[in-house]
Amino acid sequence: MERPKLTDNPLFRFLTVVLLPAVLLIILRTAGGSYYESVLILFFINVILAASLNLTNGITGIFSLGHAAFMALGAYISSILTLSEKMKQTMVSNMPEWLAKIQLPFVPAVLTAAVITMLIAGLIGLAILRAKGHYLAVITLGMVIVIKSVLDNASNLTNGSRGLSGMAKYSTLPVVIIAALLTLYILYRIRISAFGRSMVALREDEDAAASLGISYRSIRLLSFMVSTFFAAVGGALWAHLQRTIAPSLFYFNETFVILEMSVLGGMASLSGAIPGAAILTFLPQILANFSTGFTIFGVQIPQINGLTNIVMSILFIVTIIFRKQGVVGNSEYIVSSLFDPKTYTGLFKKKTYEDFAFAFRRKQRSTARRLNKQTMEGEGP
Amino acid sequence: MEFFTAQLISAVKLGSIYALVAIGYSIVYSIMGMINFAHGELLMIATFSLWLLLSAGVPFAVAVVLAVIITAVFGILIERIAYRSIRNAGESTQIITSLAVSIFLEALCQAIFNSSSKALIIPDVFSQTFKVLGVTVSVIDVVTLACTAALTVAVVLFIRHTRVGKAMRAVADNQEAANLMGINKDRIITTAFVIGSVLAAVAGILYSGKYTSFSNDMGFMLGVKAFIAAVLGGLGSLTGAVAGGYIMALLEVFFSGYLPQGIGSYQTAFTFLVLILVLLIRPNGLFGSSARERS
Repeated sequence: MERPKLTDNPLFRFLTVVLLPAVLLIILRTAGGSYYESVLILFFINVILAASLNLTNGITGIFSLGHAAFMALGAYISSILTLSEKMKQTMVSNMPEWLAKIQLPFVPAVLTAAVITMLIAGLIGLAILRAKGHYLAVITLGMVIVIKSVLDNASNLTNGSRGLSGMAKYSTLPVVIIAALLTLYILYRIRISAFGRSMVALREDEDAAASLGISYRSIRLLSFMVSTFFAAVGGALWAHLQRTIAPSLFYFNETFVILEMSVLGGMASLSGAIPGAAILTFLPQILANFSTGFTIFGVQIPQINGLTNIVMSILFIVTIIFRKQGVVGNSEYIVSSLFDPKTYTGLFKKKTYEDFAFAFRRKQRSTARRLNKQTMEGEGP
Repeated sequence: MEFFTAQLISAVKLGSIYALVAIGYSIVYSIMGMINFAHGELLMIATFSLWLLLSAGVPFAVAVVLAVIITAVFGILIERIAYRSIRNAGESTQIITSLAVSIFLEALCQAIFNSSSKALIIPDVFSQTFKVLGVTVSVIDVVTLACTAALTVAVVLFIRHTRVGKAMRAVADNQEAANLMGINKDRIITTAFVIGSVLAAVAGILYSGKYTSFSNDMGFMLGVKAFIAAVLGGLGSLTGAVAGGYIMALLEVFFSGYLPQGIGSYQTAFTFLVLILVLLIRPNGLFGSSARERS
């Protein structure tokens, strides 16, 4: 009888994508204290940003460099909506009165910000999505410049380059975990729907897709809008974590960081957002300890400015040369295991455990055989 | 009227820099079909080399020549190390690689020289001023214009009338056919990078010579603007690159000078909106041919 592969086994899936991460999370949270908490929050926000970028850049094949711009819109709109009237009036001179009066709870504010951003992106997309490839990349980069210029100058809304501050810290760990899971779930459902499959078809071959009745313009536009919706959610959560925002925070640097997450993790897969975000969130924290200079094997390494940037860009180039598809490649293992009901219902079936034991033993046997062979070859004449 | 002339002159200065950089983009694009986002960093490399050489006591003229040569070497190295292996990879790979190279060079420069802005001291001759039509012009402005004109003409003559130039046009037209005719593609691509790097080096030196202060992030924004200038004029067309450079500078300078108070500070936004408009009406740029698909 054909036994299923280990990676298809519900128990294995449950252990690797649910239990193990949950345990890691709890350990980091309890052992690390409040500093690690904010790093973890950042990680989940980055997952949202990277996954939403993957939808356009990797899955649909619209290569956008403008994610930071939409993140900025989400951050600003949600902050304006959650700040109290008094704070807005002291911080921003002559803000329109009707706007100053509005104060929404967190969730409606984030959703409103995301919807407004999505509509703005729809208008922008109508104009710019005619371009492709390199052209689109530069136009979207230009969009980052345009949005920053608007945020810098519309000072009766945004307080100019000084930015906004004093937002309440709504982005707690449970909130961002729920947001990240919801984002991944919605994007995953889109990915496996007819809509998502049309995106992939367009990416692979426009003409063939068009001949099957897939509308080039509307699919691209919708994909772009969905992506910006979640970029705005990520931005809004980010604003309510940092509690201070300024236009310069949503510039090239931020756009590249999100892009690096997306590429390192695996652009063509939503699952890639998770390893990508993990690398780009935790590695800089580790590197920060070294950037002030350190001693290795008795050799004093002096302080290096921007060590993080150098390491990240080298990692980036090496990834592209040796593993272009990123850590996970095309595999949707993480996300599909996470949201497939079978992962959970399978835990209550006896067959799961039998298969697991069998697959496990088979793996052990094959490893043992391989090791055996190696030692025998090693002992040969 | 005086204000207008002053604006016009500053637009011409800026436009010359954009034009020089845009030609580099255009040449590399037409031959490799890729956009080198790290092109702007070549301006940074040229400026930092010149600065180092000058502080080491090398005479100015020698330092300029050496800085240009160093930049060209960097251009060749970038192509060899980073771009050769991805030449036939997809477009997004090419974009990502060149962005990564750009970030790397900037970060490396920051690590070595830190990110504070530095002063470039050029000989006094260049900062002397005189009056033309009631507007003050400095020698470096004239030098900028003269260099741009001379280099542009040189590049056009090179491409139109030399054997290598002919080979470059052949590769741009059809790589495979050119290969079959015995043209060494690698050498042509290297030549394109050398030309682009030399132009970028001159532009970088002129730019930081004009503003006398520079830092490790000088290249990227200039690079993006020059690229947009190249797109505006039509990628792959030399006339387009030059015209695009000047149009871009005119737009920028006149938007900031003439837009009413309050919206004048949105000049960057307006410049990009014009670009998007041009692309909507003429997808291949103002001087681009319609033969090549924009992808």
